[in-house]
Amino acid sequence: MTNNFEIIRAGVNTTFQDQGRSNLYHIGIPFSGAMDNRNYSLANKLTGNKLNSPVIEFAYQGPHLKYTGEKINIAVTGDVVFKIIKSGTEIDGNCYESYQIESGDQINLISTNKSVYGYLAIGGGLDLKLQWNSCSINTKANIGSNDGKKLENGQKINILNINSDQSKRKTNYINSKVENIRVIKGTNFDYFSEEGKKIFFEKEFTVSKLSDRMGMRLEGSKIENIVNTNIKSEGLIKGVIQVPADGNPIIMLSDHGTVGGYPKIGIVASVDYDRLVQISPGSKVKFKEINLSDAETLFKLYEMETQNLLLQI
Amino acid sequence: MIKNISNLGDSAVYCDFGIEVNKSVNSEVIKYFKALKKENFESINNLTPSYNKLIVSYDLRKTNFKEVKKLIENLNVDETQDKNNNKIEIPVCCDDQFSLDIKRLEEKLKINRDKILKNFFSKEYFCYMTGFIAGMPFLGDLDENMRLPRLETPRVKVPKGSVALTEQFANIYTFESPGGWNILGNTPLDVFDNSKEVEPNLINPGDTVVFKQINIEEYNSYNDK
Repeated sequence: MTNNFEIIRAGVNTTFQDQGRSNLYHIGIPFSGAMDNRNYSLANKLTGNKLNSPVIEFAYQGPHLKYTGEKINIAVTGDVVFKIIKSGTEIDGNCYESYQIESGDQINLISTNKSVYGYLAIGGGLDLKLQWNSCSINTKANIGSNDGKKLENGQKINILNINSDQSKRKTNYINSKVENIRVIKGTNFDYFSEEGKKIFFEKEFTVSKLSDRMGMRLEGSKIENIVNTNIKSEGLIKGVIQVPADGNPIIMLSDHGTVGGYPKIGIVASVDYDRLVQISPGSKVKFKEINLSDAETLFKLYEMETQNLLLQI
Repeated sequence: MIKNISNLGDSAVYCDFGIEVNKSVNSEVIKYFKALKKENFESINNLTPSYNKLIVSYDLRKTNFKEVKKLIENLNVDETQDKNNNKIEIPVCCDDQFSLDIKRLEEKLKINRDKILKNFFSKEYFCYMTGFIAGMPFLGDLDENMRLPRLETPRVKVPKGSVALTEQFANIYTFESPGGWNILGNTPLDVFDNSKEVEPNLINPGDTVVFKQINIEEYNSYNDK
């Protein structure tokens, strides 16, 4: 029998993700991939996987899984409350620490604590059909492994091979929260009134419940457009903040449509993207202007920090 | 020619070809798109051509705005001019069961069905861009008297294969999706094949498209061949 995880409870939005798929925007296919890249890489490193291996991404409530097979390593990253159940005994799990599990053990990923996404890496190769060199599931366009659909109760996740080195790996990492999301001015910044621009950079916005892997909708004071509430459709990238006619900003996230016709007031700096996606609905966000050269420098530092974290494991 | 190059955030270059939407401006966009695609620069991870803009996304871990801007400015675009643009024929059936908005088209355009179809099928169309949903081609230009706005209330589900009109463009819904375009007919041809690892799109920016009217029998037997 193959080594496998049975999904007892799938969770809210549980998908397979990896580094995403590139060079397909021109035919309308989004990048996708793990929302929080740092936590994605850390999860893989903790289990001894290659950094770009597929993982299980979950939002809010994660899956409850039962394992059957030879001993295997797993690790959870993010800010996740989870339990490992071994022959009837529950153990509180720690994020950023690998665990060896054996046949009959269960992993219950209960919730992401004041955050959105968590990651479960499995030490080995998952039996997944890739689409355009990536397993990443985009449930809106039905692209990726599992026929592009989120995981369901009763399904099995088959393991093709198991990492031989199952030594304990751990690191100390605390997910920092961002007070202000740093933003570079958008190509249509001047479409908005002086008052609108001021609101954008000075007022707080609330993250709406309608946020998902495609976009984060914000609610707050209306940002007034004084030029045109539509532009000719043009390309988008993740982090673009569009303001449609209703005056409420929408931030494009990893599964965003490839083109859009709403004015772009700003673009989230790459340094803050991993932390942006972790802001849960109901929370407040505030934007802070940053210039291109500072954004580039800050991202370089963030990336160095990620590499250092990976090296410590 | 690119009128202005600026940054779109910290990981994309925004190439602005002006505000006009016409075939000659768009051909310039596509020239740059194809030249960059051919170069296949390792640090560039996406190209998004649209009517009059080209967005070049890059991996900020490997490069930065200044370097990618330079690549674009030093690009040799003339060599790649219009060499591999295809002409594609798309069969379309306008039977009542497919032509969901024919009454609206007749009323809004004040042209009768036969004349609408005659006009639509007699022209060659140019693919400005693909996107919104995977593989959806934006084809232009419709004649002035064939132009109308989107539906006031978009449909929750537009059937796969629907051929639809809005403003100066025709498009094809590559799979079932929400949408507000005026539906004229349906093609039995798979315009986007997601089982293909390479070139899943039948129609690419810069291609020429002609529509060929087929009857319901031809439609039904199309995929039997």
